[in-house]
Amino acid sequence: MATKILLDKIDIPGIKSYEVYRQNGGYASVEKALKTMTPDDVTEQVKASGLRGRGGAGFPVGLKWSFIDKKSGKPRHLVCNADESEPGTFKDRYLMEHIPHLLIEGMITASYALGANLSYIYIRGEYMWVFKTLERAIKEAYAAGWLGKNILGSGFDLDLHVHCGAGAYICGEETALIESLEGKRGNPRIKPPFPAVSGLWGNPTVVNNVESISNVPWIVMNSGEDYSKLGLGRSAGTKLISASGHIRKPGVYEIEMGITVDEFINSDEYCGGMMDDRPLKALVPGGSSVPILPAHLIYKTANGEDRLMTYESLSDGGFETGSMLGSGGFIVYNDTACIVRNTWNFARFYAHESCGQCSPCREGTGWLEKVLYRIETGQGTMDDIDLLWNIQSNIEGNTICPLGDAAAWPVAAALRHFREEFEYHVLYPEKVKDRNHFVKEPFENVKHLINK
Amino acid sequence: METKKYKQNIDITPALQERINELLSHYPADKKKSALLPVLHEVQDAHDNWLSAELMDKVAEILEITPIEVYEVVTFYTMYNQKPMGKYMFEFCLTSCCGIRGADDMMEYACEKLGIQPGGTTEDGMFSVVGVQCLGACGYAPMMQLGDFYKEHLTKEKIDQIIDDCKSGKVILHDK
Amino acid sequence: MKVTIDGHEIEVEPGTTILQAARMIGGESVPPAMCYYSKLEGTGGKCRACLVEVSKGSEADPRPMPKLMASCKTGVMDGMEVKSISSPRVLEARKSVTEFLLINHPLDCPICDQAGECDLQNLAFQHGKSQKRYKEEKRTFEPEDIGPNIQLHMNRCILCYRCVKTAEQLTDKRVHGVCGRGEHAQISTYISAAIDNEFSGNMIDVCPVGALTDKTFRFKSRVWFNKPYNAHRNCPTCSGKVTLWMFGEEIQRVTARKDEFHEVEEFICNDCRFDHKDPKDWVIEGPRKFEKFSVINQNNYTKKLDKVVLNTEEHILAGREQDRKKISMKDIPYTEHESKE
Repeated sequence: MATKILLDKIDIPGIKSYEVYRQNGGYASVEKALKTMTPDDVTEQVKASGLRGRGGAGFPVGLKWSFIDKKSGKPRHLVCNADESEPGTFKDRYLMEHIPHLLIEGMITASYALGANLSYIYIRGEYMWVFKTLERAIKEAYAAGWLGKNILGSGFDLDLHVHCGAGAYICGEETALIESLEGKRGNPRIKPPFPAVSGLWGNPTVVNNVESISNVPWIVMNSGEDYSKLGLGRSAGTKLISASGHIRKPGVYEIEMGITVDEFINSDEYCGGMMDDRPLKALVPGGSSVPILPAHLIYKTANGEDRLMTYESLSDGGFETGSMLGSGGFIVYNDTACIVRNTWNFARFYAHESCGQCSPCREGTGWLEKVLYRIETGQGTMDDIDLLWNIQSNIEGNTICPLGDAAAWPVAAALRHFREEFEYHVLYPEKVKDRNHFVKEPFENVKHLINK
Repeated sequence: METKKYKQNIDITPALQERINELLSHYPADKKKSALLPVLHEVQDAHDNWLSAELMDKVAEILEITPIEVYEVVTFYTMYNQKPMGKYMFEFCLTSCCGIRGADDMMEYACEKLGIQPGGTTEDGMFSVVGVQCLGACGYAPMMQLGDFYKEHLTKEKIDQIIDDCKSGKVILHDK
Repeated sequence: MKVTIDGHEIEVEPGTTILQAARMIGGESVPPAMCYYSKLEGTGGKCRACLVEVSKGSEADPRPMPKLMASCKTGVMDGMEVKSISSPRVLEARKSVTEFLLINHPLDCPICDQAGECDLQNLAFQHGKSQKRYKEEKRTFEPEDIGPNIQLHMNRCILCYRCVKTAEQLTDKRVHGVCGRGEHAQISTYISAAIDNEFSGNMIDVCPVGALTDKTFRFKSRVWFNKPYNAHRNCPTCSGKVTLWMFGEEIQRVTARKDEFHEVEEFICNDCRFDHKDPKDWVIEGPRKFEKFSVINQNNYTKKLDKVVLNTEEHILAGREQDRKKISMKDIPYTEHESKE
């Protein structure tokens, strides 16, 4: 059994409640930090751990903490990003739903490190029952003296509240999240200034993902060095992977980084192999925004090395033959899946979720969606395929926030690796009328028609 | 762009006001606007699952902001309804992971069973069916949201059961 | 601080943005700005038309910035080197942004009151492509009445947010804003409220396109047929300094005075703008000057223009003698025989 940091207690009956969580060593990190460590000690441990942001970008957490402006004298805030909305990702929900006090414990310890006295958990509005779960858990924590004034007699005050969104993927972008927390539309801000200097209500703010913060108690209880020994090199620690798609056992798994993709998909400890006898066709390893990988680049990199579940290995080969670990939204496709339809589906998602603030994203995502829809429904032309490539490259890098890139990459990667499928849709509109056409006639069986 | 056709009761009951006050206490006294999103959820839940302009004006008054600030927010976020919806709103996730596991078939089945089109509401105002984007339940596909809760691993039989439970009043929509 | 833009060097104060520095240099290196407005706080960064390449970050950190930067929002650093029109990447990005702004735009310049003084028109002239690649149906919005002074044409809007900031910063209560999201985001009051604050008319002047136009000027004239004069009056509310757009003795439109970057010099009140169309109300100072290359400027009467000579006229318009005969109805006699057929 691999080391588990986040899910080791998940199966204990009643772990959702404060009593059981406390009996099983919960909140010990708060005791340790507040009684024996300075805030900077905690930050140093997190820095030493090599923990990287688990929301998708992989920015070192300790480093992010060290950027917070402590000189201005303004109040500081820690905001937990629980606006998990990246298609393929459902790990944060799993943590909050089953072991809510772990996040609260992490929030207290992290707030202490940052000197934040008012912190928030921003959860997406659709997770309403988890919002209520967290609200109750926070009340329990207040009642037990872990929140409020002068916690454990340390002189440290902390108010923690949970705030809910209302259906907007863009609020997962940290500055949009802050806008939304201020009761506004989720329009990302133009950076700089970064939240570490001017965030929530203009105060220095750190925004961290649920999983990142949930790692903090373990790091404090053990040490940053212990954490950095887990995993592989710069991919330190464990990672929650949300596995979905055509696999036998979809769900959330905690892996120690460094296991092979082969093991993750095929071992019984994790996905348990493909769901039936239809073969593996493609993989989106880190949530919908990351490039899709074709079958021959999943288990092995272009150099013929084993593809590992690490930040580095998954991005090996760059955007030509690699992808990204992203948020760990691991979507497996077998040969019944139509890549064109799936790409259109993603494009529709991004067009729907674009905030509409900057022109390349507002206009470009909608355009991509419309062209892809035409191709998917057999009304496209060969020129449309080149047009798609051009539109996506005109969006990438030219927008305010990364949503533009996130919308462009899946299209670019699908064209790069599966161009023939797009051509098939253009050449044989009759064959693609039924949306499940590859169930009856997988692409391998009709591929020869294109090369004619 | 607003629907003036429908009238709505805009009373704020004492219980709702109490809950609003609780939410307001989560933010600094001079940052009342921050409570807008959670307050709108509560107000919508207490008013037949939608928000008329008059009701939004009421919220603006409570939070001491201008009405347009509320309109801007309500129209930005997908969970706020600007027109009456069915009491039981089936929101099917149609994004990739659900899509490849039969979400479209499930939504079509529910529509057929209820005799409505996606986006439509039954004549008795009991049911609506809408397609939505990723709800974060990709491993439990196909799925839908009903009130505050998720219904996962959907099958046709499960949908039949849910519809029956709604009709007999067995479904709890909100966790209050 | 020293900054170099397209090879032109200039000393600027700390806190200056690249766009402001470029405007100080002037000329062709000035990036187009569709959403930024120096007189309105919090504008800019949205349209992406002003993207530039920072080829050297600063003297202290000379690394180039990997992405193109919005020049209106990026502060200069000492020793920074910027490429505007000298960068093919920048020109490519401007082309893309122009195309994105135009795909859903109705291209109804022939009936648009803004035509001739439209920033989008200028942008399209400079960076537009001649062919169209957008085959889909254009997005349209339900018309919304926002009162007797201002005409809202949402289909033309590029969502620069300038009018929202105008309402926020010049009027006491904002009643309009951006509703909806993504490509359905729109300028709206949501409840078709009238926008009637006494400074609301400035929204028309700050609007870079024809989305907000003057209802009292609607379809009255093309702007290039008007003669603009700077004029003033003693106004209790605003500076009273305006530009009058005259057709003969008639004042067809009153606007604020705009500078070479199409920004108003001083905001004016609705009273001056909408309710003083009698020349007797104004002290006329003289013709307004145009500094910037623009579509309207091509017909500028303050500039001496050469008589247009069409070289082809003689050969084509007049035609050859034999051709004239062929197409001449009167030269072919009308016979009774033909009329019976």
